[in-house]
Amino acid sequence: MKQKLTKWRLLTMVGLMALVLSGCGEPFLSTLIPAGEAGQTAYDLMLLSTWIMVGVIIVVSILFAVAVIKFRRKKGDESIPKQVEGSHTLEIIWTVIPILLLIVLAIPTVIATFDLAETKAMNKKNKDGTTDALVVNVRANLYWWEFEYPNQKIITSQDLVVPTDQKVYFNVKSSDVKHSFWIPAAGGKIDTNVENVNQLWLEFDNEKATEAGNLFYGKCAELCGPSHALMDFKVKAVPQNEFDQWVTAMQAIDAKAAEQAPADPTAAAGQEVFNQKCLSCHAVTTADARPEAARTAPNLANFGDRELVAGILEHNEEELKNWISNPEQYKPGNKMTGTYGELSDQELDQLAAYLMSLKVEQ
Amino acid sequence: MSTIAHTQKRGFAGTVWEYLTTVDHKKIAILYLLAGGFFFIVGGIEAMMIRIQLAVPNNDFVSAGLFNEIITMHGTTMIFLAAMPLLFAFMNAVMPLQIGARDVAFPFINALGFWLFFFGGLFLNLSWFLGGAPDAGWTSYASLSLASEGHGIDFYALGLQISGFGTLMGGINFLVTIINMRAPGMTYMRMPLFTWTTFVASALILFAFPPLTVGLFMLIFDRMFGSGFFDVAMGGNTIIWEHFFWIFGHPEVYILVLPAFGIFSEIFPTFSRKRLFGYSSMVFATVLIGFLGFMVWAHHMFTTGLGPIANAIFAVATMAIAVPTGIKIFNWIMTIWGGSIQFTVPMLYAIAFIPSFVMGGVTGVMQAAAPADYQLHDTYFIVAHFHYVIVGGIVLGLIGGAHFYWPLMFGTMLSEKLGKITFVLFLVGFHLTFFIQHFLGLMGMPRRVWTFLPGQGLETGNLISSIGAAFMAVGIIIMLINIVITQKNNVQVGRDPWKDGRTLEWALPSPTPFYNFKQLPLVRGLDPFWIEKMEGKTEMTPAEPIGDIHMPNNSFIPFVISLGLFIAAFGAMYQMDDKAWAIPVLVIGMAVTFGAMLVRSIKDDHGFHIHKEDLLEEDGKGGTR
Repeated sequence: MKQKLTKWRLLTMVGLMALVLSGCGEPFLSTLIPAGEAGQTAYDLMLLSTWIMVGVIIVVSILFAVAVIKFRRKKGDESIPKQVEGSHTLEIIWTVIPILLLIVLAIPTVIATFDLAETKAMNKKNKDGTTDALVVNVRANLYWWEFEYPNQKIITSQDLVVPTDQKVYFNVKSSDVKHSFWIPAAGGKIDTNVENVNQLWLEFDNEKATEAGNLFYGKCAELCGPSHALMDFKVKAVPQNEFDQWVTAMQAIDAKAAEQAPADPTAAAGQEVFNQKCLSCHAVTTADARPEAARTAPNLANFGDRELVAGILEHNEEELKNWISNPEQYKPGNKMTGTYGELSDQELDQLAAYLMSLKVEQ
Repeated sequence: MSTIAHTQKRGFAGTVWEYLTTVDHKKIAILYLLAGGFFFIVGGIEAMMIRIQLAVPNNDFVSAGLFNEIITMHGTTMIFLAAMPLLFAFMNAVMPLQIGARDVAFPFINALGFWLFFFGGLFLNLSWFLGGAPDAGWTSYASLSLASEGHGIDFYALGLQISGFGTLMGGINFLVTIINMRAPGMTYMRMPLFTWTTFVASALILFAFPPLTVGLFMLIFDRMFGSGFFDVAMGGNTIIWEHFFWIFGHPEVYILVLPAFGIFSEIFPTFSRKRLFGYSSMVFATVLIGFLGFMVWAHHMFTTGLGPIANAIFAVATMAIAVPTGIKIFNWIMTIWGGSIQFTVPMLYAIAFIPSFVMGGVTGVMQAAAPADYQLHDTYFIVAHFHYVIVGGIVLGLIGGAHFYWPLMFGTMLSEKLGKITFVLFLVGFHLTFFIQHFLGLMGMPRRVWTFLPGQGLETGNLISSIGAAFMAVGIIIMLINIVITQKNNVQVGRDPWKDGRTLEWALPSPTPFYNFKQLPLVRGLDPFWIEKMEGKTEMTPAEPIGDIHMPNNSFIPFVISLGLFIAAFGAMYQMDDKAWAIPVLVIGMAVTFGAMLVRSIKDDHGFHIHKEDLLEEDGKGGTR
C-alpha cells in the first residue's frame, strides 16, 4: 500500500514537471521566455506578483481548509455555536498586511511603467531629421503590417528585420481600424490607434534570438475583423552587421532595378502580369515615395525572402498560387479579394515565379 | 378586487395574463429568472461553439465572421441578459422580504424595468435571424464597430439601450425601496448583507449606466444618423468610446459581483449557524469596493497609450481594490471558523467560491501591474482571469443562490443529490476550462482569435479547455433536469426550509402571501428571525396591529411601453437603408410608447385595499402555515 502511494506520488511529480516544462511555450512566441529587456521587465514583474499571490493563496487556502474540515457538523449535533461579532485586531491585521504586500508590488510597477515609456531617444532628431536611435514606423492595416525605416528610407512589410542587442524604437499607428502591435517574446504590446501615434521600445538579446532561430512571431492583439486571428507577422532579429548588410541590399533595389526584366522568361512574363494587375497597390521598390494613404497593400520588394505567404501559408510557389487565386479562402474579409479579376493558370505560374524572384538575400 | 381573486386557480391563459400584467415583486422575480435563465442557456450554447471551434488548430466548425458574432453575443448575452437579470431575480425575490417591505417602492416601474430588459434582449438576439449578429466584441470598440457592415452593431446599440433603461429603472427602484421601506427597527446597520450589496450595486447602476447610455447614443447617431463622434475623418475620436465604455464597464463588474458576495454572505452564516463575522467591516468593504470601482476603469486601457503617468496612477488604484476584497474573504473564513458547517448544495457553492474567486482576484492584481499587463492584455490570460471572477464569483453565486432561494421563490426544494452531481461536474469543468487558459495567454495566444495555427505550442491547452467546457455543459443540463423534476413533483416544504434561516425572508409562511407581511415585523437586531428563534418563538413580533393593506393593481401598460420602443428600434435601424416604411414604423413605435405613458399619467389608478376582515378570516382558515 505504502509503495503504491510513493509510486503514485512520483507519477504526480513527473506529471507536474512535464506540465511546468511544457508550460513555458515556444521560445519564438512565449512571454515566459523573454528575449530582451522589455520582455524581461514584464516577466520579472509577473514573477514578483505571482510569488506574492501564491503566498496569499497558500495562506487563504490553509486557513480555509482548516476551517472547513475542523468545523463540519457532526451527525445529530444540534448545538448552536457561539455567535461571534468580530475582532478589531484581526480586521486591522488583514487590512495592513495586504497593504504592505501591495506596496512591495506597487513600487517596482511604477518604476517599470516609466522605464518602458522612456522613448526620448527616438524623438531626439539630428539636423537632417534622422535619429541616432533605430526607429521603425509600424502601420497596421486590415490583416497586414507595414514597416518603414525612416532613417534608412526603406519600406517593407510582413517581415520586420531588427538588429539585436540594441533598443529598437517603434512609432505605431493604424490606417483603418484599431489593431495592437505585439511581439510576445520581446515584450509588451501597444495599440495601433486610428487617431494618434503610440511609441514603444523593444530589445532583442542576440543570445536569445539565436535560441529562437533568429525568428520571432508577432501578433495582432486587438479584435479587428474576421481575419484578426491570422494577422501575424514575423520578426527577424539578426546581429548588427547582418542588419547593415540587409539595409544596404534593400536600399540597392531602386526603381530601375525593379523595372529591369528578370532573366528567367517565366518570371519576366510574370512581371508583365504584375505591372498590369498588381502594381497599382503593391510596390516592388523599397523607397516607395507614395504617401501612406496610397500604400494600400504590402510592399513586395523582398517578397522572395519572406518566411510565410500572407503571414500564414508556407512559403512556396504552390501556396503562393493558392493565395493569389483565392485570398478570401485563407483570410476572410481581406481587402485584396476581387481587386484584380480572374487570373489564368499560366498567369498564376508566371506571377509566382516573378514574386519568388524578388530577393535581396543571397 | 378581494384577496380571493389572487388565490384562485387560474387556467393557462389566465396565468400568462397574470404574468404579463403583474407588478408583484415576487412574480417579477420569476420572470427575471425565466428570461435570464433562457439567455444563460443561449450564451452557454455560444460558449460551447467557441470551445468546439478552438478545440483543435485550423478548425473550420464555424467561419471567421460567424465566430466573431458568436464571441460578441456570448459576452453581451452573459453580462447584460443573463447575469444581470438573474441577479435582479434574486434582488426582487429576496430584498423586499429581507427588509420587511410589502413590495418595492415603485411596483409599476419594477414591471416596466423587466419588460424593457426583455424586449431589449429579444431585439438584440433577433439579429441572428435578421442578417447577422454584432461582431465587434462585447466592448464594441468604436473604429471596428463603425467599420462593421450589416446591422449587427445597430442591433447591439439599440438592444442594449432599451434593456439598459430597464436596468437603470430597476436600480433606482431598489435604492428608493431600501432607503424608504425598511420595517420598524430595520436600521441600515441591521440590514442583511444581501440587501446591502443590492443597495451598493444599485447605486453603482445609477452612476455607471448613464455613461453607457451616452456612449450608445453616440454610436447610434454615428451609425444611423450620420454624426461623427467616433469618426476620425470627421474629427471624432475613438478613444472616447473606450473611456465611456469602461467607465461603465468596470463598475459593471462590481454591479454583478457585489450581489453575488451578498448571496454568499447569507449562505455562510446560515449553514455555519453563526452570525456573519465582522458585519460592519463587511459593509464598509462593500461600500469601499463600490467607490473604488469607479476609480480604476483605465486599467482596461493600459495598452491604449495613455502614457506612464495615467498608467501608474490607475495601476496603484487598481491594486488598492484588493484590500477591501481581502477583508471580505477573511471575514467569510472567520464566519465559518468555529461554526457548525452543514454541507448543503448552496454551502458547497459558497465553499468552492472562496478559492476560485481568490484565484481570479490575484490574477487581477497581477494585471494591475501595468508593465506586466502590456504582456497579459488581450490574451487568453485575461480570458482566464475574468472567467475566474465571473464564473468563480458570480455564476457560482447564481447557482448557489438558486438552490438557496428556490424554496423561498417556489416553495419547493431542489434535489440535493442531483445538485451535488451538478456541483462536482460544473466545478471540475470550470477549473479544467479556465485554469489552463492562463498559460495559453502567457504562451502568446491572443484572445478573440477565430483559430490558431499548429506548431505554436497551443494545441494541448486548447483541447483540455474544450474538454472542461463539456463538463460544465453536462452539469448545467443536469441542473435543468433537477429543476424540471422538482417542479413536477411539487413537494411544498413550508416555512424556514433550511431550518437555520436567520433573516426576515425565512420568517414568512411558504408560499409567501402576495402582500408579504400581514403585519410589518418588529426588527430587534441583525438576523431578526434568528433572534426570535433563539428566544423560542416561531414568528416575528409584529410592529403594528392587523389593518387594511394597500396594494397596487396589475397593469399591462409596462408591456406596451416596452413594446413601443421595440417597434421603434426597427424603424430607427432600417431608415439607414432608405426603406420607405422605416420612418413611419419609428413614429408609430414612439407613439405607442408615449401614448401608453400618457394613459398611465391621465388614468387614476389608486390600487386596492385588502380588508382587515379578509386577513382575519384567512387567519381563521389557517391560511398561513
